[in-house]
Amino acid sequence: MTDMSQSESVSGQSKSVADAERTRKVKKRYAAERRFKFYGLLAIALALGALTWLVVSITAQGYTAFVQTKVELNVYFDPQVIDPDGNRDAKILSKANYAALYRKAIRQQFVDVKSRRDRRDLARLVSSGADLELRRMVLSDPSVIGKRVKVWLTASDEVDQFHKGAFTRDLPEAQRQFKDKHIGWYDELVKNGQIEAKFNTTLFTSGTSREPELAGIWGAIVGSFWTMMVTLLISFPIGVSTAVYLQEFAPKNRWTDLIEVNINNLAAVPSIVFGLLGLAVFLNFFGLPRSAPLVGGLVLALMTLPTIIIATRAALSAVPPSIREAALGVGASKQQMVMHHVLPLALPGIMTGTIIGMAQALGETAPLLMIGMVAFIVDIPGGPMSASTVLPVQIFLWSDLPERAFVERTSAAILVLLAFLIVMNFIAVLLRKRFERRW
Amino acid sequence: MSPTFLLLALVTLSVFGYYFGRSRASALVSGNLQNLHSRPNYYGIYTALWCAVPAILISIVWLSFQPGITEGLVISALPETMKALSPDRLGLLVNDIHNLADGNIVSRNADPAMIAAAEQLNNFRAIGNSALFVVALVAAIVGGLYARTRLSPTLRARNQVEQAIKIFLMACSLIAIVTTIGIVLSLVFESVRFFAKVSIVEFLFGTEWSPQTALRADQVGASGAFGAIPLIAGTLLITVIAMVIAVPIGLFSAIYLSEYAGARVRGYIKPLLEILAGIPTVVYGFFAALTVAPYIRDLGASLGLNVASESALAAGLVMGIMIVPFISSLSDDVINAVPQSLRDGSYALGATQSETIKKVILPAALPGIFAACLLAVSRAIGETMIVVMAAGLAANLTANPFEAVTTVTVQIVTLLVGDQEFDSAKTLAAFALGLLLFCITLTMNVIALHVVRKYREQYD
Repeated sequence: MTDMSQSESVSGQSKSVADAERTRKVKKRYAAERRFKFYGLLAIALALGALTWLVVSITAQGYTAFVQTKVELNVYFDPQVIDPDGNRDAKILSKANYAALYRKAIRQQFVDVKSRRDRRDLARLVSSGADLELRRMVLSDPSVIGKRVKVWLTASDEVDQFHKGAFTRDLPEAQRQFKDKHIGWYDELVKNGQIEAKFNTTLFTSGTSREPELAGIWGAIVGSFWTMMVTLLISFPIGVSTAVYLQEFAPKNRWTDLIEVNINNLAAVPSIVFGLLGLAVFLNFFGLPRSAPLVGGLVLALMTLPTIIIATRAALSAVPPSIREAALGVGASKQQMVMHHVLPLALPGIMTGTIIGMAQALGETAPLLMIGMVAFIVDIPGGPMSASTVLPVQIFLWSDLPERAFVERTSAAILVLLAFLIVMNFIAVLLRKRFERRW
Repeated sequence: MSPTFLLLALVTLSVFGYYFGRSRASALVSGNLQNLHSRPNYYGIYTALWCAVPAILISIVWLSFQPGITEGLVISALPETMKALSPDRLGLLVNDIHNLADGNIVSRNADPAMIAAAEQLNNFRAIGNSALFVVALVAAIVGGLYARTRLSPTLRARNQVEQAIKIFLMACSLIAIVTTIGIVLSLVFESVRFFAKVSIVEFLFGTEWSPQTALRADQVGASGAFGAIPLIAGTLLITVIAMVIAVPIGLFSAIYLSEYAGARVRGYIKPLLEILAGIPTVVYGFFAALTVAPYIRDLGASLGLNVASESALAAGLVMGIMIVPFISSLSDDVINAVPQSLRDGSYALGATQSETIKKVILPAALPGIFAACLLAVSRAIGETMIVVMAAGLAANLTANPFEAVTTVTVQIVTLLVGDQEFDSAKTLAAFALGLLLFCITLTMNVIALHVVRKYREQYD
């Protein structure tokens, strides 16, 4: 017995050692568990942190572009300059030298500015597009001729950026184009309440320009609209037809297998290769015009096809067989079954897929660079054949420009593009939530 | 008689044909519709199709031949001196005539012969368009009349209409094939022309890339070198940086979301991650060039490192962020596809959750994760806007992530954007690079899809 108790105590001792060992191991394992879970959280935090950084930095750079600094000047609409003959002929009115009017107005305010150079710099406080604003005023209401009117004119980009605080007077004079004398004039205008930031309508109503304060994204938005129209009109019918054929009618053989593999591969072809296709086939072979939304839309349609086909097939296969059998049972032909029953039931899913595909196409840039949509186009495009650019390409073009004011406008254009994409995706989610049925 | 007007006329005729066919069919059986083979609508569609389809086919054939024929006629009417020009010069001349006819600005002073030719061209075009209008309308009417003679209660209208629709659907599904063939043919065709000027060995194995071609024969230092190795190396460097960022982040978020997170958290975080996938690449490019690159440069400067302002690191980092949702959603799918029984078995043996994931789930999901990474690599290689905006332009054979490198896609864009002479080696090089890109990404996609397919079969 003594042996036993002895061995028992020994085993008890070793048991407690083993216990300690085991607890240590379990602790270690739990620590590993917590560490592993932490890595997962860290990964998500990093990804979301990057998203936040991106959104915040672009918003912070861009929100100021939605207002534009304006200068109020007391402009005398001199009949001698505008309409020397006094017969109010629209042709003469539109050709007059309106720049002289605002230059004179600003010189009259700062009478003590004498040197030629300074006077020229003084006039540059106002945007070089201000003469167009004056002309528009006169053409819409010729009765202002001969009167002295207080007019808010667009300020130059340097005044605009200084007013918005993009750079301050602490910056050494050598590092800014906006010199101390400019700041002096600016201060006086501010003191008189002649400088104010107003909502930037130019940004939403005009095409691009070399001058940041005159540049807008409306031309690009209209170009994007025409491009998207072409894309939608081509890719939606073809994509849905392809999906219906493959899912409902096609026999299962090597040929349809090949088509399927093909579609999956097309979905993963780099977008720039589609641009090369557009350049070689649509421009050089068919001789379609460069920079036209028609060509851009064609290229993007080919790119969007796989997305629509895959989404449509998923939506079609989600319709339960009972519906098909019921339709066939009451004597519908196979096509009647598909067209009258399956397709309408799959429509919300198809629409969702299409909207997501269109959102992708709206943000696509690279293939459009290949087919000449990078041209500098000021006019608002009038249709799918007129030269134009699209919103993402406009963003790309502006991001290359050195002016500080363009950085702000590029960010604003990005915000507008993101707003469009958010709205489209929101509609897609809404459609899915509202109409998608689960059987 | 513009094409739009023609289209409008055809649509009107077809709509008319539809109503005519429908009412004619019910008139044939004097309202007893059960005596008809098909529903009256099908007789309407049958007539409308006979109106529209032949006319549209004729128009397409006509419009594709008309420019060539009118051009031939105009050239044959040119004075002998102009006809004697070399084919290239003649092509330019014809271009100018086209521009004159469209009322655009021409590159040289127009002489009377050219103005006459332009007027003639406009004339031919007008004649051609009017003739087409007449021919197409006649075809539509004849088609409609033919359909009218065929209309009878025993006509199997539904079967014929369905046959036509089926042919249309089939034709649509061929477009995917045609697109692929178009891509391959256009790339191969231009690349062959490129390899006639530059040897394929030099292109694939040369280590020098400077695609300037000489403007004059005696120009110094403008021989042009087309070795793609520095571009491929630059692409790989940026891709590796992107994958180093994206694979751990994407994989760990997928693991956390599918194994640890509750349904609520998952419902919020998954869409947020997918926003990253929906952001256009041009936005990432802007972010990389204007925010990340200066930040990294300043950070490097404060650590005493010399970082280029267009460093590979900035482009790769942002590309990595872009790819995270791609990897995480694909891995999420494959992890969810691992059967619950494997997890339960592991838990029953006393394994913790992380041990189960590491020892059971990840090995089971490995082929799928591998395929996801391969697809991600192929995307990174083909990504254009981020590198165009944030990476360098000069070819640089280096493995240092702080230096500026250029990539295949950047070179394609820089070679082709702007004014271009289509036959120069410089432009054709872009197509050769495109072919290279296409082949690389295609191989990766095929392997990835193959792995995914094979893997799927295991648990189904």
